[in-house]
Amino acid sequence: MKFPIFLDNMSTTRVDPRVLEEMLPYFSEEYGNAASRNHPYGWKAESKVDESRTRISQLIHCDPKEIVFTSGGTESCNLALKGICEIYREKGDHLIVGATEHRAVIDTTRRLERSGFRVTYLPVDKTGLADLEALKREITDKTILIALMYGNHEIGTIHPVTEIGKIAKERGILYFCDAAASQGYIPIDVEAMGIDLLALSAHKIYGPKGIGALYVRKKNPRVRLAPILDGGGAERGMRSGTLNVPAIVGFGKACELALAEMETERERLWKLNEKLRTAIESSLDYVHLNGHPTQRLPNILNMSLEFVEGESILMGINDIAVSSGSACTTATLEPSYVLIALGAGVELAHTSIRFSFGRFNTEEEIDFTAKRVVQTITRLREMSPLYDMAKEGIDLKNVTWKRE
Amino acid sequence: MSYSQKVLDHFNHPRNIGSFEKNEKNVGTGIVGAPECGDVMKLQIKVENDVIVDARFKTFGCGSAIASSSLATEWMKGRTINEAFQIKNTEIVKELSLPPVKIHCSVLAEDAIKAAVEDYRKKKVAGV
Repeated sequence: MKFPIFLDNMSTTRVDPRVLEEMLPYFSEEYGNAASRNHPYGWKAESKVDESRTRISQLIHCDPKEIVFTSGGTESCNLALKGICEIYREKGDHLIVGATEHRAVIDTTRRLERSGFRVTYLPVDKTGLADLEALKREITDKTILIALMYGNHEIGTIHPVTEIGKIAKERGILYFCDAAASQGYIPIDVEAMGIDLLALSAHKIYGPKGIGALYVRKKNPRVRLAPILDGGGAERGMRSGTLNVPAIVGFGKACELALAEMETERERLWKLNEKLRTAIESSLDYVHLNGHPTQRLPNILNMSLEFVEGESILMGINDIAVSSGSACTTATLEPSYVLIALGAGVELAHTSIRFSFGRFNTEEEIDFTAKRVVQTITRLREMSPLYDMAKEGIDLKNVTWKRE
Repeated sequence: MSYSQKVLDHFNHPRNIGSFEKNEKNVGTGIVGAPECGDVMKLQIKVENDVIVDARFKTFGCGSAIASSSLATEWMKGRTINEAFQIKNTEIVKELSLPPVKIHCSVLAEDAIKAAVEDYRKKKVAGV
């Protein structure tokens, strides 16, 4: 086993050697600009880019021409939201956005609010599922866009996108779906799901960092989008800038592999997921699964291990790379808003830990991790005044705390 | 963020974990922080002739909070309660090389020391 064991595949993944191999020539021999129309260097680059476009389109069931390359998931979300708002402003000024969306969506809609748009943040239930009845109620004749992700990046809960797409279509509203966390792990069919815009990212599926895409529907309806970058009008005028050919090649290959291996990999990842969950649950008390028990991405296991703070858990299991929703582990020093949105109290976030599995993880690594987690939590709980209190039968909610 | 050697040492080998019977008359207990803030510190002192002869802690919090309370128990032992009351959070910051985002851990430790000493003083005055 290689240490630290990498169980943080939702943050990023290792580039698959098959992906890297396919990329390499496009740094050296085949360095043409895909926009050069008058010589073989350009032609070769363009034809390889087209092949990648096709591979990506096959993963999500769209026309290759509907793929717009961006620098990654964050840019795709920005482009979708800002691009739609600029074009459709005349039609309406209201957006409906999931409360547990990625920061690339939430921070963007916060900015849009400052420039005059009205945004409704749709609450989720305790498993992280959006309330679709509330969605229907919140729609007004000024609503131009619904933004609800597919699988959630922190807890893995999978939204019923087909139903959401249907609601959007019935009311003539565009549906933007962020699939950066779920692409390649569960099937996507933008046609069947009624999705109008879809955000993708390569480095979550063993492709390189710095490349992503936005699917933009071409018909029924034809979605129009204002660019956020000006300069030359590449990508059907929606995203200027010289195409990052090697990265695009890697992205295409990564999609091809993800599609080919999805079924077997999905099953394997669920097995690892369940193995770790049951090992932890059978050895420790006061543990909770965060997210939906079954309607969840196969590669995410988010648990709260009560009475032990997340950063201390990470420090205790320092030979395993994972992440936590605890305030102490975030750049903003705010606990995870995704976990808070589940409504079970902020303590849930402080004591949370997210394991995310990937193609290169083995059963042996999971066994090691389970043992290490149980050991560490047991040790840290011996130091925890809260664990003592819980054991004495004191309800922590009824205690008066001396806050700083 | 990487941790200083001293923080790691206290985290991996915490000193004086445990509890004293809080109703004993020569024991002072200080509990500060709140679960929803992500840290709760419990410091206890055992006092004889105004000298802290033993100290214990239990902490829910990050590694720096655990290290700060572990260090606090070490520093309190052997001091008089008046001396312990003078321990400043800045001394803890310096000793553990805490980065700015972790200063609140040292503040919490200072508060816990003061709370434990005050609890002991109150008991003494009440004569329980």
